Amino acid sequence: MSVYLDHAATTPMLPEAVRAFTESLVRTGNPSSLHSSGRAARRAVEEAREQLAAALGARPSEVVLTAGGTEADNLAVKGLFWARRAQDPARRRILVSAVEHHAVLDPAFWMAEHAGAEIVLLPVDSDGVLRIDALAAELEAHGDAAALLSVMWANNEVGALQPLAEVAALAHRHGVPVHADAVQAVGQVPVDFAASGLDALTVSGHKVGGPMGVGALLARRGLDLTPVLHGGGQERGVRSGTLDTPSAAAFAMAVETAVAARPVVAPRLAALRDRLVAEVRRVVPDAVLRGPADPTLRLPANAHFTFPGCEGDSLLYLLDSAGVECSTGSACQAGVPQPSHVLLAMGAGEDEARGALRFTLGHTSTDADVDTLVEVLPAAVERARAAGLSGRPRTVSATGGTR
Amino acid sequence: MRVLAALSGGVDSAVAAARAVDAGHEVVGVHMALSRNRAQLRSGSRGCCSIEDAGDARRAADVLGIPYYVWDLSERFEDTVIADFLSEYAAGRTPNPCVRCNEHIKFEALLDKALALGFDAVCTGHYARIERPGGGQPELHRARDAAKDQSYVLAVMGPERLARSMFPLGDAASKDDVRAEAAARGLSVSAKPDSYDICFVADGDTQGFLRERLGARPGEVVDTTGAVVGAHDGAYAYTIGQRKGLALGRPAPDGKPRYVLSIEPVSNTVVVGPAEALRVGGIQGDAAVWLARPEGDDWSACAVQVRAHGEAVPAQARALGDEVEVQLADGASGLQGVAPGQSLVLYSGTQVLGQATVRATTPAARA
Repeated sequence: MSVYLDHAATTPMLPEAVRAFTESLVRTGNPSSLHSSGRAARRAVEEAREQLAAALGARPSEVVLTAGGTEADNLAVKGLFWARRAQDPARRRILVSAVEHHAVLDPAFWMAEHAGAEIVLLPVDSDGVLRIDALAAELEAHGDAAALLSVMWANNEVGALQPLAEVAALAHRHGVPVHADAVQAVGQVPVDFAASGLDALTVSGHKVGGPMGVGALLARRGLDLTPVLHGGGQERGVRSGTLDTPSAAAFAMAVETAVAARPVVAPRLAALRDRLVAEVRRVVPDAVLRGPADPTLRLPANAHFTFPGCEGDSLLYLLDSAGVECSTGSACQAGVPQPSHVLLAMGAGEDEARGALRFTLGHTSTDADVDTLVEVLPAAVERARAAGLSGRPRTVSATGGTR
Repeated sequence: MRVLAALSGGVDSAVAAARAVDAGHEVVGVHMALSRNRAQLRSGSRGCCSIEDAGDARRAADVLGIPYYVWDLSERFEDTVIADFLSEYAAGRTPNPCVRCNEHIKFEALLDKALALGFDAVCTGHYARIERPGGGQPELHRARDAAKDQSYVLAVMGPERLARSMFPLGDAASKDDVRAEAAARGLSVSAKPDSYDICFVADGDTQGFLRERLGARPGEVVDTTGAVVGAHDGAYAYTIGQRKGLALGRPAPDGKPRYVLSIEPVSNTVVVGPAEALRVGGIQGDAAVWLARPEGDDWSACAVQVRAHGEAVPAQARALGDEVEVQLADGASGLQGVAPGQSLVLYSGTQVLGQATVRATTPAARA
């Protein structure tokens, strides 16, 4: 049985969510149908919506169900941009932090290429926290040209919590709607949509113990949001598509359960994470913890290191073959490995960034998991260091020297 | 053994990995990302650099139940294989990028990293056989299927690297057999078309690639007397032995077709002349790599091959330091148009003796 330290990629489904999912799977009925089967399905979806709203400090009418976090982020970036620009054609700038997930960055860059947007990448400090002074300066200079601002609640790689209260207050002073991707935050830190002052917020099912393929965008009442998916007019016309009753039910159950358990689970995971950090530093003294050093300024279940002289890829393989599963960054970057844009934005060099490894805990994590990691890590680091950054070019003269 | 199986996304490497699994090895699949362009260097399924190929490689690993990783060797690839390709063409030579890739990427960058990470060997889908008579030093031999034999592009490896290599397809009867085996194993790549062209050249347009990367370099085309008979936009567009596309204004005095005989990089001149001037009598090679070096510096009988899909012709060869001298046997059917930069590989029967890079040739004596 392998040790799973990649809960930020996805976490095991909670038994409560599995039960809600399987119970709903065997019931027929399209929530948009008017007959009794449809009405039963409708009821299940609306109860899920109310459950989600209650757990997240939102009104039920503010919950737009989507097929996951990426869709919710796309809807936020595109929908807010189009709507805000329609109200005021001068507003064409999309402000995003430089450490956003690709689900926010890529739609923003797509809008720059295809919809006349201008991207403003807001810098972060060396901990990965948004520089409020830079945001303030940007808004001071071009606040009346900003269509939206998107800053994540907590960074998925280094776990840095972002100063969203200040962010929202600043942006609203300039009439700029604010979206936050809170995919990693829900269940780990208190997330209250109404209290946050945010205009839109992304939640994902499978990061909190729900199923994959479901999520939601919380959109403040009265917020103008241009639809991205067109069709049957579900979700108040903002997000068409047959409502996914089993996923909605399980998603809501997972969010409710995780949020209710948070006061107990989060401190337990924070203590376990603190031990993991201390132990990793003990056995690999030159490992560099990335993200805020103050454990209260980062997600309780997140630990992120760079290991000098190692490729994260090599470490990942060596740990995997020793039975420990972790990540070099966000799983969405898997495939062709690239140095993390998050670490680069924090000022790390490319070689440093290549040696990144993220350990994330979850509701099933135990002390024994950390013990196993600490046991196998030194040998893996030693071996990865011997393999070095071997993908790098050696110095080769242009002609003849390569043979 | 712990075996790293290089998975290109093609049928050969997938079946090779499957055979390594069957042999009881602990196998991990690795796909090499060689394109610096995140999308791909070329589209379609014929190269080894597309996202589709990476997906096919991953799927093959899934079917085999082995771990799968992508290793980014693109910078190394750009700085060795592509840089060499460009500088060699710019110098009027004719490189073989597949040989350079085996030399610097598969059996150097990949193999070195694999060994450092604790693997015992690298397994690829090449068609060649490794034999260890009496359990001793490994020998490299031609594949059982002569039509698919790839020993020519593998000969650049020294014995230490060969000892860490596995070519499970060396004994395959034919590519059709390998495809059938892939289908029987449930590998979805079983019907995938073969790759032929240079993987990093889009659409197979080598001239366009060279023009784009090297720019126009106009110069003269002259005959063997030095008389100017035409003009060119870049000598890299010409290959020794080439007849078509010379666009010479005047016909030769004797009316016979003319061929590219040599490319002079310093004067940026392409020299053309009659077919018989292309016949090669001797070849000098440098940067020799020996798998079975002849004793001393005496001439020994062997066969020499200068193209991946060319024939080996009878010859005598001797080793001089890290150089090789080859004399073609009298009456040998004749090698024509051997270009500096090409690889020459020496065989004894099916066994590869060694490899060198052609530096110069001497013409055959007039018959």
